Amino acid sequence: MSIDITQFHQIFFEESFEGLDSMEAALLELGGGSEDAELINTIFRGAHSIKGGSGTFGFTEVARFTHVLETLLDQMRSGQREATRASVNLLLESVDALREMLTATRDHSAIDAPRIADLIARLEAMLGHEPTQATQTKSAPAAARTQGWRIRFRPHADILRTGNDPVRILRELAGLSNTGDMRVQVDLSAVPGWDSLDAEACHLGWDIDLHGNVARAAIDEVFAWVVDEADLHIAPLENAVADVAVEADTAVTGELVVERRRSEDRRQGEDRRSAAPAGDASSIRVGINKIDALINMVGELVITQSMLGQIGDSLVQDGTQAQIEKLRDGLAALERNTRELQESVMRIRMLPISFAFNRFPRLVHDLGGKLNKQIELRMSGENTELDKTVMEKISDPLVHLVRNALDHGIETPDVRIAAGKPPVGTLHLNAYHQGGNIVIEIGDDGAGLDKQKILRKAVERGVVSAAEATGLSDDKIGDLIFLPGFSTADVVSDVSGRGVGMDVVRRNIQALGGSVEVRSQAGQGSSFIIRLPLTLAILDGQLVRVGEQIYIIPLVSIIESLQARKELINSVAGMAEVYRLRDDYLPVIRLYRLFNIQADTEDLTQGLLVVVEGDGQKAGVFVDELLAQQQVVIKSLESNYRRIDGVSGATILGDGSVALIMDIPGLIRLTNTPPQAVRKTA
Amino acid sequence: MTQAMTTTERVSSELQRGGDVASNQFLTFSLANEEYGVDILRVQEIKGWTPVTHIPNAPAYLKGVLNLRGTIVPIVDLRMRFNLDAIDYTPTTVVIVLSLLNEGRERTFGIVVDAVSDVLNIAPTDIRPKPDFGTVVDADFINGLATVGEHMVMLLDIDCLLRPDEINAIASVGE
Repeated sequence: MSIDITQFHQIFFEESFEGLDSMEAALLELGGGSEDAELINTIFRGAHSIKGGSGTFGFTEVARFTHVLETLLDQMRSGQREATRASVNLLLESVDALREMLTATRDHSAIDAPRIADLIARLEAMLGHEPTQATQTKSAPAAARTQGWRIRFRPHADILRTGNDPVRILRELAGLSNTGDMRVQVDLSAVPGWDSLDAEACHLGWDIDLHGNVARAAIDEVFAWVVDEADLHIAPLENAVADVAVEADTAVTGELVVERRRSEDRRQGEDRRSAAPAGDASSIRVGINKIDALINMVGELVITQSMLGQIGDSLVQDGTQAQIEKLRDGLAALERNTRELQESVMRIRMLPISFAFNRFPRLVHDLGGKLNKQIELRMSGENTELDKTVMEKISDPLVHLVRNALDHGIETPDVRIAAGKPPVGTLHLNAYHQGGNIVIEIGDDGAGLDKQKILRKAVERGVVSAAEATGLSDDKIGDLIFLPGFSTADVVSDVSGRGVGMDVVRRNIQALGGSVEVRSQAGQGSSFIIRLPLTLAILDGQLVRVGEQIYIIPLVSIIESLQARKELINSVAGMAEVYRLRDDYLPVIRLYRLFNIQADTEDLTQGLLVVVEGDGQKAGVFVDELLAQQQVVIKSLESNYRRIDGVSGATILGDGSVALIMDIPGLIRLTNTPPQAVRKTA
Repeated sequence: MTQAMTTTERVSSELQRGGDVASNQFLTFSLANEEYGVDILRVQEIKGWTPVTHIPNAPAYLKGVLNLRGTIVPIVDLRMRFNLDAIDYTPTTVVIVLSLLNEGRERTFGIVVDAVSDVLNIAPTDIRPKPDFGTVVDADFINGLATVGEHMVMLLDIDCLLRPDEINAIASVGE
């Protein structure tokens, strides 16, 4: 039987990328002056498992590179070398290189060989230097040394199925000893008869006497991956009687259990998986408490349902008022449970925002160095949860805002000192929930927005007239920076300020149904506040009818609905219509005309005006009738068709028909386009 | 009508036996007395016509979208796409749900045709290249012609027929 090893590639890559992330985080902490020995162990473990995995799968370049890396890390771990700034930076670079190599390997594209060779050379150059003896021993476990060890190794039957090879472990053990003196005795007592022999199970055990000066930590390292899949006793040779149990160094949390189950599930579902193209599949880790809540909920739902079924049956025979009452109660319970179930399911897709925040320590570290600025990054609310899809889409805008804050916001130390501020600037990332939204704040204590400069630029670009400029409020001035092609940076740097700027940020955020605003105070700093919906999967909608068509207007966009009064309707230049609502003039959007369909009435006073707001602009949408309000599940039109102007998606109504969801900002933009297009379709 | 339904049923049962179908099989359907064929492996299902939801400012031949077990599927009227006379939809009017490949993505589309005819085995050697229609007929979406008995069957290149940029281009002209 041949095993297609490529089915495990996906898992390997996922785990390697996660390993690289934690290596990076630990390196940054190490660079920050922390002297925790566990940090180096974390980094070492990351490199070690990537080396092992890439060796197994035959990714020789990756394995060779990680080997050099591992050697350097090993010296640090054993205290022979101190973690200097130079070595941490080199290691960070190596992490980047590894990430690229893995990406290239996964996508079957070419590896940047010269760069890797250069890095290997630099790593080896560092290794070649006589390692400086560390002032203190950074790794405590390395201290325990004896003249040899007796190891009792009894793998569980399924150890081979988890991809571990005992023979490889034995070989590695033999390599540890400086004298190479190792005696192994095999224990055959567990081997069953021929008829019950399972060729894929491991029935053997080993007793190993390892002689020589070997660190206990080194042995633990060899067995690190199998401690959960084997009975293991390690004792010094001198007193082999006393059994010292190996303790697993990772705390086994519920989270980990799920993780392991997940990978088992994957192996079982290998047929389905192999059909999917590599690199496309995505998975999320889920806390076990969330799954439990979900399962409980479903259990209750099933009970409620069977209860309803029984009541329904008896009702057919003799329906009394009391029974009907019961049925109503049951239905109410069903509805409540269903809603909670839906929320629980939605929560499965939610991840803490730390997934997006985690890249910033590195970014700030690198950029701070490049810009010669001293920056302290503070993060709060990292556990605030939001939908995975929203998270993926908000990452890039966040990076952009952070880069901007570092480049334009926070000043260089000398400027800061001159302004009477501490030389170290602070960048604060904060996230919290507010209503059905998540709010992300990116604040700095830098120079703040230069209002005069922005105004000058705005006038220069013809965005506002000089007369208008004088009357603008601070809020409005802040808003100007979100206009296309607006960059106030004096020098276009490679950090930010390439002209593709805040307008893209704002557009991306708006595409997610969110908003962004800036608050700034000269000399005190500025902060960007992003509001996003928690999920893209559902929204509260108002169903409206135009002729035979039913459309959905997101409830968040609706301000009010009203019946138009004739005397308040005005037309502008004979084409556009406006409706006077208190002190505002609202442009009227006649949906039937815009969408070219038949409406019940074209008389504004006969239908309803739904007052909506999008992009800070208000408008009145003219519809025939308001129907129910309900929560709708958003379906994509683009997966089979394409984007439609003024429509953000579609949903399926209770009767199975499809209704389009209005994109209010898009609708307002559509109305603002030259009127010819509208006229022609009318 | 009954006869047409049985044809549909027969074709559907042929589809379900799909496993042993060689790729030389084509589903044929009629459209204004002409016979067309599509590669049977692209056919997901055949269903009766049901009302669709109008898509604003789409080309006229895009009738709208339909809920197909939770997926939103656009429906194209093939008569209108080929500039043939439109007819009223009758109980024999069927929607053939096809999966196509565009820009590396699989999309699901439905086409409205007059009636489903048959499942035919057409050997590659029996397929003739399309003649040069000049500019009279837009023949980009015809892969070839096959003669079956007395009939000529036009084999459609559905990927080309329902390209999104094609639809976009026509949509913008329509505006």
